[in-house]
Amino acid sequence: MTAPHIIEIEHLSKEFELNGTTIHALRDVNLSIAKGEFVCLIGASGCGKSTLLRIMAGFETASGGAAKMWSKPITEPGPDRGMVFQDYALFPWLTVRDNIAFGPTERSRPKNEVRDKVESFIDLVGLRKFAEAYPHQLSGGMKQRVAIARVLANDAEVVLMDEPFGALDAMTRERLQEELLEIWQRTGLTVVFVTHSIEEAIYLSDRVVVMTPAPGKIESDNPITLVRPRDVSAPDFNEIRRLLGGKLHSHHGRKAA
Amino acid sequence: MKDSAASVAIPAPLETRPAAATNAVPLLIRAKPLLLALVVPLLFLVLWQLGVTWTKSRLIPPPTEVAVMMWDFAVGGIWDDAFSRTLHVHLIMSLSRVYGGFLLATMVAIPLGLLIGRVMLARQMLDPMLQMLRPIPVTAWLPLSMIIFGLGGTSAFSLVFLGAFFPILLNTVFGVRNVDPKLFEAAAMLGCQGTNVFRRVVLPAALPSIFTGLRLGHGFAWMVIVVGEMTGVPEGLGAVIMDARTLSRTDLVICGMIVIGIAGFLSDKLITLLSSRMLSWSPQHSR
Repeated sequence: MTAPHIIEIEHLSKEFELNGTTIHALRDVNLSIAKGEFVCLIGASGCGKSTLLRIMAGFETASGGAAKMWSKPITEPGPDRGMVFQDYALFPWLTVRDNIAFGPTERSRPKNEVRDKVESFIDLVGLRKFAEAYPHQLSGGMKQRVAIARVLANDAEVVLMDEPFGALDAMTRERLQEELLEIWQRTGLTVVFVTHSIEEAIYLSDRVVVMTPAPGKIESDNPITLVRPRDVSAPDFNEIRRLLGGKLHSHHGRKAA
Repeated sequence: MKDSAASVAIPAPLETRPAAATNAVPLLIRAKPLLLALVVPLLFLVLWQLGVTWTKSRLIPPPTEVAVMMWDFAVGGIWDDAFSRTLHVHLIMSLSRVYGGFLLATMVAIPLGLLIGRVMLARQMLDPMLQMLRPIPVTAWLPLSMIIFGLGGTSAFSLVFLGAFFPILLNTVFGVRNVDPKLFEAAAMLGCQGTNVFRRVVLPAALPSIFTGLRLGHGFAWMVIVVGEMTGVPEGLGAVIMDARTLSRTDLVICGMIVIGIAGFLSDKLITLLSSRMLSWSPQHSR
């Protein structure tokens, strides 16, 4: 790949102390993500996929190696990398509209520019009727739409998603997956998506990065070339599912033995 | 004019009766909370009256006498003494001290609480000192405040300030420390930094807790005002109670108590109203 990478992870390691013992959350992780790619990080809990995402976000610092965006080291959170949390993390005292406007307002853009942008993203995520509602009045799916719109309205180049649909029911989840793909295809965003659902990872991404725990590291990097929209019940989909399932579980097998 | 406390209350339910034939149900339903709220106070007045009559006590006046005194205290024309028609003067004096002390406490305690709750250095430097000052009852400050501020209003004002200060401060700190850490991360990744975090995240997130502190502090302010005004201030509801006690005017003592009760109740309602307006986003606070 000759295109410059928007995100580069080089020999990254992360250790922390827990009751006097050192935990290797991540060890020698290398990963390059091109602009516009949709990459899923998948693995059992404790494999460091969320830690890796949080380092990309700038919420945590690496113990060794580097995480870079456009070749510049990531040292702190910034509006160029938007985060979508599993538990939404919306500001409960702000309406849907004001939650989406939070970032643009912070950067003191001209008022009508902010307003037009916010209104367009309210429409994009289909929450026109709920623009004046507060988060506690929304369903989980609606909250996550707000969280996505909030990041998009802030001109994030990379959207980091930490099991964003994990708390949603199956039907809402499928709808949001479709909507996310639609937005991604329309905007050319770069998405890094953490999940522990193999099906979700294959359905969404260009690449599925399989991670294994203790110490957290990348087991394999699997390009998914299936034509979109993907059919989760198609034989080739299931073939990939079986393959990735094997890679995920081989580790469990070793551990159990 | 027999019973002023009751005469305020009774007309409302009475007036619902004639209308009962036309739209009885909605009116009764709307008046129900009011009617229920009145049951216990009215029962109390009856028991008070009966108790005084039966025991033939001369030390405690019956509610009827207190009502007469209240009338004289408020509009005059009965006893025509030093206390006739002075209610507004004392009430305004006490209100100004309560609200003055309370507002000053609010203006100092909220920023300080935000700082202590959010900034480690501020917490480490200020918290131990404040925790030591906190258990000291406000009344224990009385002699010292009389020395520092002298006899008079400033001393009462300073006690009100102290009384309101700690509940507001502690609840602000509590509110700040309990902000969901995810919200700080969300703000950071949206580009919100530095002092803007206080204004856009910490303050609104801690607001429910701050309002709890304001209500508590406001309650303390009214409690402390009486003690504060017993230190030789000429005007104020506390001063009235103190003077009336010296003159064995128990009916006036009770009048002072009733006015404080009603004023405190109404201004607490004001805060509740303000809080449910400002916290309409919170399912626990909006109504």
